[in-house]
Amino acid sequence: MSEADVRSYTVRLELVDEPGELLRALEPIADNGGNLLSIFHERGNLTPRGHIPVEVDLEATETQFETIVDALREAGVNVIQAGAERYSEELTVVLVGHLVETDLSDTLRQFTECGGVSVGDVSLSAPKGTEGESSARLRLKAIEGQTADALQTARKIADEKQLRLVEPLMEGGL
Amino acid sequence: MKLAVMGAGAVGTSVLELAGEYGHDVVGVADSTSGVVDESGLNPDDVTSRKRKRGIVGDATPEDVLGADYDALVEATPTTLDDAEPGFSHVERALGRDRHVVLANKGPVAERYDEVRALEADSAGTVLFEAAVGGAIPILSTIDDLNGQVTAARGVLNGTANFILSRMAAEGIGYEHVLAEAQDLGVAEADPTFDVEGTDAALKCVILANVLYEDSYTLSDAEVEGIADLPGSALELAAEDGRTIRLVGEVADGDVRVGPRLVPENGTLAVSGTLNIVQLETSHAGRLNISGRGAGGPETASAVLADIGRLPEST
Repeated sequence: MSEADVRSYTVRLELVDEPGELLRALEPIADNGGNLLSIFHERGNLTPRGHIPVEVDLEATETQFETIVDALREAGVNVIQAGAERYSEELTVVLVGHLVETDLSDTLRQFTECGGVSVGDVSLSAPKGTEGESSARLRLKAIEGQTADALQTARKIADEKQLRLVEPLMEGGL
Repeated sequence: MKLAVMGAGAVGTSVLELAGEYGHDVVGVADSTSGVVDESGLNPDDVTSRKRKRGIVGDATPEDVLGADYDALVEATPTTLDDAEPGFSHVERALGRDRHVVLANKGPVAERYDEVRALEADSAGTVLFEAAVGGAIPILSTIDDLNGQVTAARGVLNGTANFILSRMAAEGIGYEHVLAEAQDLGVAEADPTFDVEGTDAALKCVILANVLYEDSYTLSDAEVEGIADLPGSALELAAEDGRTIRLVGEVADGDVRVGPRLVPENGTLAVSGTLNIVQLETSHAGRLNISGRGAGGPETASAVLADIGRLPEST
């Protein structure tokens, strides 16, 4: 493989706030031929799961990069975004119902855990307090070409939690 | 042409009143219990005043009207689900006598489309139903003109639901409040279930699917969700993001779906008040948008009378 095949990638990781975690996450990168460009450790900023987000820029060939992502996952590091163009499509949905009673953070976790989707931001409106019906707007980021899957996930979660889902109108059809 | 009108509600009465302007004679009118036949042409005022004063259109029966000597039967009785009666039997009777049928009633073409088409195939009569989808908006005739080039259709097809959603978004008032206001204005019926639960919009989409795919969809093939009790907070959150919520029906890829959808706040589909809009996706002509009044007596009657004008001259 020639030098020309080396590209830069961004990997977004979630780390538990414990000593040695950052090193554990960086080792698989160095061990597999990746060249670290920068590390942005967002202490004080928490992911929906309560972990610390870390953004790593690195250079590697495509094959090396795939090995690195696999090695990170094997090492138990949670990779929420890998590559430059992974989550490139956005869609907004509104959920209506007993969002607080049905555990909103669990709902959000289900979105991120099903793969292919990341929750960009969340806006909650609960005019009747936490016990009444409330609404939440979620901006979902989906992998290119997988918005239909992301929507399917949203429907499934809404169905299981008996929430009303207001979908975006997908004008290209589904 | 000589017309017989089944149904003396807003649409049937408007057809009776406007037919003369289009050069047609109404020779018979029936409501659910009474009828009136005059082969030389009825006087609209006599019929409407009898209906108003005595609650009947005349001293004959609906049966007499079905047996009258007409060229085209206008089916404008209320839409019913499942067996779509009595509308379906009216269609059957007329086609059996080799007469044309023009429907404003959605039931027969939404619930028993294949049967209607089969009866039409055995008859010298033709069946048209422009008025059943989107009131005054020429949707079916546009689809027909496009000659099989329409690949998908979507739109806002229920004025009551659209009125409620647009008022909620504009005034920031709750669902119940706006529904009560709509009922006061006569925009919503005392029992708004058909409109707010999405049934009416779904029936129209089912008819569109039947026409686009020449298939036999029924209401049970549609995925339907309504807008009843949608909280104002959902519309507020949508607005923060430059969007709003509309009850949108979609016919695409063989599926029929109706439900509240997020659409751009100032986008084409975000019509306000009781307006309806339909978007057609075409193979060679891109997207077509047609909007207008989706309900109302004279509006819907204009679609009925346009269909009458499209019928072949002699049966």
